[in-house]
Amino acid sequence: MDGKNIKLRLGKSYGFQWLIYILAFACLLPLLAILFYIVRAGITKINWHFLVNIPKPVGESGGGIANALVGSIIIILSASVIAVPIGIMAGVYLSENRRSKLAYWVRLCTDILQGVPSIVVGIVAYFWLVRPWDLGPIHHKGGFSALSGSAALAMMMLPIIIRSTEETLKLLPDSLKEAALALGMPFHRVIFKVIVPVGISGILSGVMLSIARITGETAPLLFTAFGNPYLSVNIGKPMQSLPLLIFNYATSPYTDWLNLAWGASLVLLLWVLFLNIFTKVITRKWKVQL
Amino acid sequence: MITRSELPLRVINSSPEAVAKAKARARRSFRQIRTENVFKRTLMIAGLLMIVLVLGICLTLAWQSRLSISALGPKYLWSKVWDPVQDIYGAWPFLLGTLLTSFLALIISIPFSISIAIFLGEYHPKGWLPNFLKNAVELIAAVPSVIYGFWGLAVLVPIVRSFESSIGVQPVGVGIFSSSLILAVMIIPYAASLGRSMISLVPSHLKEAAYGLGATRWEVIRSVVLPYTKSGLFAGILLSLGRALGETMAVTMVIGNTSLIPKSIFAPGNTMASVIANEFTEADKPVYLSALIELGLVLFLVTVVINLIGKKIIDRFTND
Repeated sequence: MDGKNIKLRLGKSYGFQWLIYILAFACLLPLLAILFYIVRAGITKINWHFLVNIPKPVGESGGGIANALVGSIIIILSASVIAVPIGIMAGVYLSENRRSKLAYWVRLCTDILQGVPSIVVGIVAYFWLVRPWDLGPIHHKGGFSALSGSAALAMMMLPIIIRSTEETLKLLPDSLKEAALALGMPFHRVIFKVIVPVGISGILSGVMLSIARITGETAPLLFTAFGNPYLSVNIGKPMQSLPLLIFNYATSPYTDWLNLAWGASLVLLLWVLFLNIFTKVITRKWKVQL
Repeated sequence: MITRSELPLRVINSSPEAVAKAKARARRSFRQIRTENVFKRTLMIAGLLMIVLVLGICLTLAWQSRLSISALGPKYLWSKVWDPVQDIYGAWPFLLGTLLTSFLALIISIPFSISIAIFLGEYHPKGWLPNFLKNAVELIAAVPSVIYGFWGLAVLVPIVRSFESSIGVQPVGVGIFSSSLILAVMIIPYAASLGRSMISLVPSHLKEAAYGLGATRWEVIRSVVLPYTKSGLFAGILLSLGRALGETMAVTMVIGNTSLIPKSIFAPGNTMASVIANEFTEADKPVYLSALIELGLVLFLVTVVINLIGKKIIDRFTND
């Protein structure tokens, strides 16, 4: 009786172990299916012509995604220019004032900001940066600009940069800062010459992570950068970006546009994967905890 | 803070050069102190900016939706008809659509994410295979949502359509069910990675005590690991729910976009996020626009509350 019982219990144990193995690895199936399908559908579309030309109008085959590539790079770079300095400064503030009342609220707001749905960020950026330049009654395609898209994306980058900066700097020994202060270094030089350089690996990883996060964001750009079928480098005007192009062309009924969207998806996927793997490699190399 | 009058300007040697030198030195220190104060204030302003941003988001949404709040009142949330042409606005179809897709996605994803958490936290914390699984799961979170949507539209929707015709419902393909499947895949990483770190925090003496009493591996997991981590796992599930509620692009592409109340989980519908994405730039009447923004406000408040509860639970769990 007892022997049977222990066999049953062990059998149950192994059974559940295998069930968990199967369920855990079953998640890889959709991922592999997506990667496989995108690569298969996109690889035939990508060539030099695809990367340096702008989309052709409906009915003409060919064309490329140069406008979206250039637009994505410009929008992401300007988002980084806005978010990185502010994010690092706020992160330094949080790590320097760990127990103050204000720091508690700043930390809480950073958490809140991280959870805000991207579409809401888009709405708010529209009212702050697009609407004031729009002269029509509600919206008349005026006011949309790449810069407002960058600001929306910067809002999504900030929490990631702040948290990683804070977490990195929190781990540094206090003796480092105390030694620098004891030598008579002013506070801002202690930060710039000691604290930030020592923690730069963690800070940079956070920045890379945040860029990887926003590269594929579409929703905040819908009402801000808006999209543009032509090549544009003016950040005060509407601009195309890769995710916007994919969204617009993927839902269109034309085969040529669908093909463009598949190629663009592969480019975007490779770009995001590269950023993620790059971040992973540098975090491992620098032994950063994120 | 040191003021100018407190600084020791007394000099023993009172020759004009020495006085000038001492004054220059004093000026230099003042400048340094001033820079330091300005720098500290700049840091504080950067921090304050976060509070300003969050308050700004909240106030902007509330202010811009004032028209619909005053014109439609609270019954906006449970009115069943959304017809902008007739100037009738009711948010219920979208609330229902959001709740259905999110909870269905959550139910589908929980077994998988908990399994990953147990696998990585308990069965195999180290080794190349778990490492591979961990990186692959992080990759699931990295794939842009617009790509999930495109793949769903091209691959998943036809599969769902043939599944629907085989079980005898109207074969549409796009709809609540398809979006839930896509969402379920997208939110797995959030609960899984949090669950993993929670499970690896279980003190080993608890597990060893259970093993010492003769428990099998599964019994240890069921009666020690899971009860010990249940609040942490719950927090992970809450955070994935927050993600699912706010997810926009993938859902917009596969949900079918109708403003009718979904009759079944296979029917097309709309979520709050997808209706904003679709109709925001088309809204040609002030009340229409402000009704859409009110949806955004509701979405914002709900996700904020869910995220804060999740974060509170995690903080309490990790501090114990």
